[in-house]
Amino acid sequence: MKIGIVRFPGSNCDQDCHRAVDEGVGAEAVYLWHKSHDLEGCRAILLPGGFSYGDHLRAGAIARFSPIMREVIAFARDGGPVLGICNGFQILCEAGLLPGALVRNDSLRFRSYPVRVRVEQADTPFTSEYEEGDVLRMPIAHGEGQYVADRSAIEALESERRVIFRYVDELGQPTEEANPNGSARNIAGICDEGRRVVGLMPHPERVVSNLLGADGLGVFHSLIGSVRATGDGTATQALEAGDGPAAQAPETPATQAAEAAEASAP
Amino acid sequence: MSGSATRAPVIEITPELVADHGLAPDEYEQILEILGREPTFPELGVFSAMWSEHCGYKNSRPHLKTLPTEGPLVVQGPGENAGVIDAGDGWGVAFKIESHNHPSAVEPYQGAATGSGGILRDVFTMGARPIAILDSLHFGSLDSPRSRYLLDGVVRGVGDYGNCVGVPTVGGEAIFDPSYERNPIINVMCLGILRLEDLMRGKAEGVGNAVMAVGAKTGRDGIHGATFASEELDEGSDSRPQVQVGDPFTEKLLLEASLELIERDLLVGIQDMGAAGLTSSGAEMAARSGSGIDIDVALVPVREPGMTPYEILLSESQERMLLVAKPECESSVAEVLSKWDLEAAVVGRVTDDGFFRVRDGGEVVVEIPVQPLVNECPTYTREGVEDPEVRRLRALDIAEYSGPISDQEAAEALLTLLDSPSLASCRWIYEQYDTTVGTNTVVGPGSDAAVLRLADSGRGIAASLDCNGRYVYLEPRRGAKIAMAEAARNVACSGARPVAITNCLNFGNPLKAGTYYHFTEAVAGLGEGCRALSTPVTGGNVSFYNETPDGAVYPTPVIGMIGLLEHLDRVVPSCFLTPGSTVVLVGETGDELGASEYLAACHGVVGGAPPQIDLEEARRLVDFLVEAAERQLVLSAHDCAEGGLAVALAECSLGGPDGPLAVEAELRTEAPAAAALFGESQSRVVLSCDPVMVEEVVALAAERELPVSVIGSVGPPNGRFRLAAAGVQIDLELDRIHDVYRSALPGRMEKQAGLTT
Repeated sequence: MKIGIVRFPGSNCDQDCHRAVDEGVGAEAVYLWHKSHDLEGCRAILLPGGFSYGDHLRAGAIARFSPIMREVIAFARDGGPVLGICNGFQILCEAGLLPGALVRNDSLRFRSYPVRVRVEQADTPFTSEYEEGDVLRMPIAHGEGQYVADRSAIEALESERRVIFRYVDELGQPTEEANPNGSARNIAGICDEGRRVVGLMPHPERVVSNLLGADGLGVFHSLIGSVRATGDGTATQALEAGDGPAAQAPETPATQAAEAAEASAP
Repeated sequence: MSGSATRAPVIEITPELVADHGLAPDEYEQILEILGREPTFPELGVFSAMWSEHCGYKNSRPHLKTLPTEGPLVVQGPGENAGVIDAGDGWGVAFKIESHNHPSAVEPYQGAATGSGGILRDVFTMGARPIAILDSLHFGSLDSPRSRYLLDGVVRGVGDYGNCVGVPTVGGEAIFDPSYERNPIINVMCLGILRLEDLMRGKAEGVGNAVMAVGAKTGRDGIHGATFASEELDEGSDSRPQVQVGDPFTEKLLLEASLELIERDLLVGIQDMGAAGLTSSGAEMAARSGSGIDIDVALVPVREPGMTPYEILLSESQERMLLVAKPECESSVAEVLSKWDLEAAVVGRVTDDGFFRVRDGGEVVVEIPVQPLVNECPTYTREGVEDPEVRRLRALDIAEYSGPISDQEAAEALLTLLDSPSLASCRWIYEQYDTTVGTNTVVGPGSDAAVLRLADSGRGIAASLDCNGRYVYLEPRRGAKIAMAEAARNVACSGARPVAITNCLNFGNPLKAGTYYHFTEAVAGLGEGCRALSTPVTGGNVSFYNETPDGAVYPTPVIGMIGLLEHLDRVVPSCFLTPGSTVVLVGETGDELGASEYLAACHGVVGGAPPQIDLEEARRLVDFLVEAAERQLVLSAHDCAEGGLAVALAECSLGGPDGPLAVEAELRTEAPAAAALFGESQSRVVLSCDPVMVEEVVALAAERELPVSVIGSVGPPNGRFRLAAAGVQIDLELDRIHDVYRSALPGRMEKQAGLTT
């Protein structure tokens, strides 16, 4: 079973993700180059953290147009599990696979320290090894991690149980003090409607060993378990779709705007 | 864009032009002798840069030569892009420190960012993957809006650059003193790991091999940055055009591409185009190999049309490297660079005639013998004389401050010290740095030393940056020895054995006798420290002219110490973690308040002699700490430094990840109360251990001939901080000291409206 880790120019958590999959849970990790159109038979895709394309324009705004993202989007639409961590989460939002956006932290400063997040839902491919209510300790490291969306989108996330991780304090409560960046409703991670695409700002791949803390290991164990459970199901179909002609990317406002910009470029 | 560089009009070399290039008349005579003719304008620029203080070490070289540079673990000493030590099992650690003081004084964000960029390139050109950055920052008082502006910009600059490249910033120091008011000290150290078989050097060998410029295009920024760094900062001049602009995204691509080129064995040599750009990288690579180099500036990709050979040669545009490809490898090199969307151009060839030759299309514009250009920069030994004012301050009678104080005064003094930005929690700074990317950070900022994983070897690397400029100012030789001993002690507190140093020597104008005296005495002290602690110098940096019309900064020789930890799972934390554990003080507490933070912060006095330092004792303490960690005798170990025992104990109590723990301690000593609580006697460490281990800890200390006393115990969370000595007791609520300690920096930085630009 291969797990694909996309390398964009400027990705800098790619090696940490590789290690988490490889040494952390003993699965095969492969790098997928951003210029490629081939998911190489991977059964799940990780979009790692970093500063893809130097965060030029806006975090994730350019990575979303990388050749590989067409395949990732098609893979996700066919139910393949996709996890975006930090910059990966930003890319998923820019690509329209997840709703909302990640904007500058309310402190207007880069924030980096271990936070606590509560697992809100254990029915995604990345949280099935946890219990709902588990409080995990993992680092954040971001300048643009404030999750925002319009009121109806937030309500939909809540009512559809699509908030997957929430920042909490040592008592497990989502207090204002526990919110490192001003995110709406202390949201640290969410999933899509199909519950197969998950994005989060904290870094589970940095805490997968006894030496550095192991609270993130469950994310990767969950992934391996869920890919095994689906057998040759959705993931293979997605793979076939990915091998064929590039699927049409969903039309999002960002896509339309970019296309308009491209059209008007001299 | 590449094409023919703009033909510059022939410029007459006048004595004024020579002087403008920072070259003395006798230096110019030497140039005439080397060339056997008058230099061309570009040649004058080349000599000016290579013979600047920054590149040529004019005033420091004779003294630097006295420092020990060899040892059993040294694989690469000074003279390369970075030093390298053997870390065992085929692993090497490459590390170096660099200053970016002047650029940061002018433009703090870009100055600090490009400082980080340069030192990262120095490390990855050795074939090492950078795994950590540490920064030693010295600013003026945070009461001044300018200092707050500089701190804010520098922290953002260091952070944004390292965060984006994906190298964690894991430690360092932040010191605030009026002497640094307009000339901050911004030193950045980087360390990386490599397989020793991949060790790469800045060489230009093999006649006919292609010389390639890669990375960013060459622009008009930073021309004569090296010369700028070799002058005092004066009042009116706007030096912003001499500061470069960093692009960490390109740096990240360069890092990955360079490591891929080295791994695929496509290179003969590689070097950062840092200070003095193409000139220094080309000439130094040829000089190391005893070869020559022939470059055509018309082939160098440039950012704008109309650049002259002079400008292309001396540009300090960032994120550029010069490399020499192996024969038949040019196209593979180009392929790797293109994969990473980087530009590469063959700009010349290696020759064997010993000349640094530059053409502009067909015309030769520079032709200088490499060896004298690189290795015969004139050096000067001057006479240093101690400034009588320094002697007066050192002799100041401070006895009146050592004596009896009330409980109340002692408690207030501790609160004042914990509120002093130099001693307070640096959390506000390091929370802006990604400290854990790369998953190598076992111990991050806030401890005596940072500890990094050495790949999967099960072993660790410890690193610490230290310098107390006030000590060095008041007594340079002793101050430098203390910096060495403290850096070693910090590393050893984590359980690691100190093995080598890199240093960054920040001083004022060396042409002034008082500064020169400080410099020579400090270097002598460093040498003594290196020899006593068996920690040779593997490289470093000298930064002179840290001086404004208000005067020089405190002499600040920053020590970057590297240590090796045999068993990473036996790493010792610096703070108390276990209620009920016993607190032990190793070392002797004397009547030594001289040069202390207590005198400065509580009484506004800078004076008295710095504390005594016995390097033999310092070494025995290192041995003790390493063995105590190896035998797992202790639960924590923390250096007792600025602020004395009271501050060290408070830091142990407040530093835990799960909040503060109570402390109950009493020190029996002959020293008067203020000195006992706040004096900075050297070679002292606060330990905590399981009560059943006390006997063994005491026995081990005795074996190493170190004074040791059991002084108290660690209590539960939410208790009190109690420390008694010489009949005085400090008794404060934990919450209170915690608040003061953690809000000192954010309180000064976040309330400010006065960001001047």
